[in-house]
Amino acid sequence: MDFSIALILLQDGIVNGAIYALLGMALVLVFTVTRVIFIPQGEFVAFGALTLAMLVNGRVPGTAYLLPLLGGVVLVLELVRALRTGSWSALPRVVLTNAVLPLALLWLTTVYAGPDNSLWLNMLLALVLIIPMGSMIYRIVYQPLAEASVLVLLIVSVAVHFALTGLALVFFGAEGWRTPAFVSGQIDLGPATWSAQSLFVVGTCALLIVALWLFFGKTLYGRALRATAVNRRGARLVGISTTMSGSLTFTLAVAIGAMSGMLIAPITTVYYDTGFLIGLKGFVGAIIGGLGSYPIAAAGAILVGVLEAFSSFWASAYKEVIVFTLIIPVLVWRSFGSHHTDDEE
Amino acid sequence: MNNRILLIAFILLLAALPLVPATPEFWITQLNYIGLAAMVALGLVLLTGVGGLTSFGQAAFVGLGAYTTAVLTSQYDASPWLALVVGLVFTAGVAYLLGLITLRLSGHFLPLGTIAWGLSLYFLFGNLDWLGKHDGIAGLEPISLFGFSFASGRHIYYLIWVFLLLSLWATSNLLSSRPGRAIRALKSGAGMAESMGVNTASYKIIIFIWAALLACLSGWIYAHMQRAVSPSPFGLNYGIEYLFMAVVGGAGHVWGAVVGSAVILGLKDQLQNLLPKLLDTNANFELIVFGVLLILVLQYAANGLWPILSAGWARLTGSAGSRRNLAPPPEAPALPQRDRPQSGELVLDVEGIRKEFGGLVAVNDISFKVRAGEIVGLIGPNGAGKSTTFNLISGVLPATRGEVRFLNESINGRSARDIARRGVGRTFQHVQLLPGMSVLENVALGAHMRAEVGVVAGALHSERAKEARLLHEAATQLKRVGLGDYLYEQAGNLALGQQRILEIARALASDPILLLLDEPAAGLRYKEKQELAHVLEQLRTEGMSILLVEHDMDFVMRLTNHLVVMDFGTKLAEGIPSEVQQNPAVLEAYLGGIDDDLPGTDQGEPVTGSAQ
Repeated sequence: MDFSIALILLQDGIVNGAIYALLGMALVLVFTVTRVIFIPQGEFVAFGALTLAMLVNGRVPGTAYLLPLLGGVVLVLELVRALRTGSWSALPRVVLTNAVLPLALLWLTTVYAGPDNSLWLNMLLALVLIIPMGSMIYRIVYQPLAEASVLVLLIVSVAVHFALTGLALVFFGAEGWRTPAFVSGQIDLGPATWSAQSLFVVGTCALLIVALWLFFGKTLYGRALRATAVNRRGARLVGISTTMSGSLTFTLAVAIGAMSGMLIAPITTVYYDTGFLIGLKGFVGAIIGGLGSYPIAAAGAILVGVLEAFSSFWASAYKEVIVFTLIIPVLVWRSFGSHHTDDEE
Repeated sequence: MNNRILLIAFILLLAALPLVPATPEFWITQLNYIGLAAMVALGLVLLTGVGGLTSFGQAAFVGLGAYTTAVLTSQYDASPWLALVVGLVFTAGVAYLLGLITLRLSGHFLPLGTIAWGLSLYFLFGNLDWLGKHDGIAGLEPISLFGFSFASGRHIYYLIWVFLLLSLWATSNLLSSRPGRAIRALKSGAGMAESMGVNTASYKIIIFIWAALLACLSGWIYAHMQRAVSPSPFGLNYGIEYLFMAVVGGAGHVWGAVVGSAVILGLKDQLQNLLPKLLDTNANFELIVFGVLLILVLQYAANGLWPILSAGWARLTGSAGSRRNLAPPPEAPALPQRDRPQSGELVLDVEGIRKEFGGLVAVNDISFKVRAGEIVGLIGPNGAGKSTTFNLISGVLPATRGEVRFLNESINGRSARDIARRGVGRTFQHVQLLPGMSVLENVALGAHMRAEVGVVAGALHSERAKEARLLHEAATQLKRVGLGDYLYEQAGNLALGQQRILEIARALASDPILLLLDEPAAGLRYKEKQELAHVLEQLRTEGMSILLVEHDMDFVMRLTNHLVVMDFGTKLAEGIPSEVQQNPAVLEAYLGGIDDDLPGTDQGEPVTGSAQ
């Protein structure tokens, strides 16, 4: 291996690592606010990439049908709740966001979808199709289980992962897709030549991370989420709705997942089940950060990306082994810092 | 009684099935897979459901068992039985190492760690040349025993179900023994268990190895049933499926493993048959339906199906609610007791202990002594540092400075477990019980360190004599504190006051020399308080030393020989109760300044009111 190969590998690693960092941060966010280890995050990566790929090819993506379907389930749940409690005041909004909006989007997609649309508009449409699913999934699956133990929430996440993987297979088929690059060209940066697409990915990730940081540091909603993360009961006592926090968190996490999928789609071929492993690598990064610290999670994710790039060069068959065993020394190292016996809450 | 009949009928039915020629071959195959999966899920019941440690990596242990026997029998011509032994030893070793690393962190790190090493092992199986890469190893011999070959499905059926029933028997034995009580405390009361002298870290590793061994056993049979191994059945998805089985079946009950694996495997099979017909498509809908059904189960039956089934059965046979009338455990020889110090001898010597949390001095150079046969009260307003002092003495918190000596030996920096072993029993300010366990078992946990019973003895139930002594001791202590009528009640069903009394019985069961009681009278009614005071007085006459934190002034004044008053972390006064009561500094701390109208002989009534 010479220096130029090392540089290319490093570059690959940083690009992938940036995406893992984004996913890792979303996982940390969801975990701290809702105690859910959001394994289905990976499915939304695949949804994002494949919805965009379908739109680019002028087809109506299955996610356009999934959205009204999920919305319908939410509507039924909310109707049942309204019948039981007799409070109908929230219903108009529920109908608007879970029935009218998804159906309007479905109509828009069927009318709009065609082979020669702008990539950017396709991307926007794909995002709009996927992002509302976050709060829907939260409402359907997690909200009834808000007080359950971390274990139950974890297992339910795996069940959601199964269901969404199955749906992805139905909607997108078993073949893999790639999307065209958002930007083309090469840029010389010091000793290395970067493709503009790689820089675009890294730049977007950095931008999103800064945006998240600003959101959490400066906005009222961001602070509400942080308060919920520190102490759920305390947050509720000062008037922060944990349901709102959960819903918002899932929306953010799904948005991040879908965007990561779109960023990665021009670089690697995405299959219906690719998201899971990508999400898990984001996880490894997040675990390095102890599922609690954003900057360390981001650094950990970059490390995972670089390690993956180099191990795929030296021992490509053992690439996954190396990446996933990395977690164990990290856990050992972290375990020396903690001396508490933690009881389940 | 009814349950035993049901169990025997179930076993007879199982035994008869393959003998009836009319039984379809498909049923046998399905039951074989259910039995193999139930073995793995049983390990998870112990590990996850009871012990609270989640593992997604059990499929990898199944793979270890399967690959060990595949390599040994096909490449070295070893007997499958030898390969089983080697596989078990090897798996135990691997599990021990992995456990040592990952079990230090429980919570959500362990499941993630197991995902990681489950994936790694899977990729390793698929990439190593000598394991046949992704094709695996084929052409394995069937298992045979004394010339009898378990080649056909109907024969290996017996092997599977005999091993499974034995595992079920051993695991449920283990859970109802001394180690079992400690294991059941791991999930929600690990800190409390340490204070009862339980080595929680080693029990975590033990159940991790136990679960791994069951998985290895399942893998060994699987390899010889299939006559081939390949990496795919040992991947992460199968690890997840095993966990599903345990959770759906009821992760807290050994039979939940069997119910869960039957339901999941049956469901998968039915979905594969039904869905294509129902939806008229070949698309892969079963994964979706499977996921959705699981979500529903978790939302509506978070404890799994077994508790629902057994509650229904209990209602049907009318055996529910009869636990209270059971006879107490039979008489058994008393457990050995410690040598007690002579009355008046120095038991606890606290010298200038200090605890700082950052800049806050929670305990400021406190010193006092407790002698044998003496009740010492530690009182003070809320936030005075009483509980912190308590935690420094019992080893829950490390002191910043100063020394605590127990029976003339320094116990600074000792673990809570070690301090408990030396003869310090304690109760907790916030009651720490195992609400799902019976009152008797909770107290028997207190006697944990008074009898040595290993895991194997517990699993084989060869320790029944010792167990009887432990239970008898627990029942004796419960009778002594007045809970003799509640032996088999679930601890969580007791009123708060009774739960506090239960904690005292649990502390007494450890045969302590010094008893640390943190607000024992809180939440008790007047009469109960009097009874408690009577019990404590009796203990004192028997030579017990007691250190008491309490808010109820009447209770403290009546009971204690010696009082230590704290405020803002500092010792305010010390002496016999009647002197302390007159101390102006104490009055000021409690009442916020001395008014001329206030009668000096007041028995502390306002304090009782304000501090409760």
